[in-house]
Amino acid sequence: MDKQYINDADGQRTYIFTPAMLSQIEAVLAEDLLDVGVHSVTLIDMAGNIISTMDNGENKHDLYSLAALAAGNFGAVSTMAGLIGEEEFSLLFHKGKKENIHFSKVTDEFLLITIFGKEVSLGFLRLKVAEATEKLIGFLKPGS
Amino acid sequence: MAIINLKKKEVQAKIVYYGPGRGGKTTNLEYIYKKFRSRIQTEMVTIKTHGDRTLFFDFLPIEIGRIKGYDIRIQLYTVPGQVKYESTRRLVLRGVDGIVFVADSLAVRRKENVLSLKSLADNLSSYKKSISEIPLVFQYNKRDLLDEGIPLLPVEWLEKDLNSKLQAPSFEASALKGPNVVQTMKKIIIMTIDSLRKDLT
Repeated sequence: MDKQYINDADGQRTYIFTPAMLSQIEAVLAEDLLDVGVHSVTLIDMAGNIISTMDNGENKHDLYSLAALAAGNFGAVSTMAGLIGEEEFSLLFHKGKKENIHFSKVTDEFLLITIFGKEVSLGFLRLKVAEATEKLIGFLKPGS
Repeated sequence: MAIINLKKKEVQAKIVYYGPGRGGKTTNLEYIYKKFRSRIQTEMVTIKTHGDRTLFFDFLPIEIGRIKGYDIRIQLYTVPGQVKYESTRRLVLRGVDGIVFVADSLAVRRKENVLSLKSLADNLSSYKKSISEIPLVFQYNKRDLLDEGIPLLPVEWLEKDLNSKLQAPSFEASALKGPNVVQTMKKIIIMTIDSLRKDLT
């Protein structure tokens, strides 16, 4: 497929993801995050659409609602950052009894949501998310 | 910002119901949720205040079947209508692909409709989008109240106030009772998908 995966037409940006692109993204999510023990990982855009999602087969979360809420949450926190003179808070973390959620901005348009349990430490997760993010940026930059 | 997934052959698009407070945006989504319950696999998400007003947004994902071999997944959102939530409305509009403007037909709400449409245009322009170019449908809601003798704005006035320049499709509706709620949704989905059609190969 020789189609450009990002298209800027009529001032409306539509993101077109080819199978090859998605396979690259899935490989990063699987190898860098699922393989170290996270329960699920989802790449979304800031509008709340899901680009790609991978899980360990044991989770049945409502990912579409989660994506909509995550995008809204991230947007709200970014606005809060502006109100206190910060440019942004590039990552968010919510701790639960069994499950934790980590949100990390990949580019201005994309966000990575990682759900993980007690088996993975936050420090290690942040390291792995940073590695994955670096690779994803390479795929997601306009014109790349 | 629609997403076209060529691997899963899936299109995701975002449609936002916009309009003044207490105009019936949430009621539209609640009606759609009830009507298409069997096709909607998740619960409708609402973020409300204790007073039952929309605080952030309502969210309802709906699968509408296939077009040109693509599964079409539409994400329906509402914005909070109250004037003070302008920054929240702007957040919800991020990446929007199509808009339903739910105008309140009550005679006393004439000014609020106009102000809300102006805020929509301003908020879209903050994302470098134009209200005259984005797929847009007007819904003149609460028409059922005419039967109860409540003073309503004539449709001609609503058209003149809101739609004289934009010339978008419009529907007289009752979000509470159902007439034209589904037709409004179908129209905006058709227009939104049509705007993406050139990218569906």
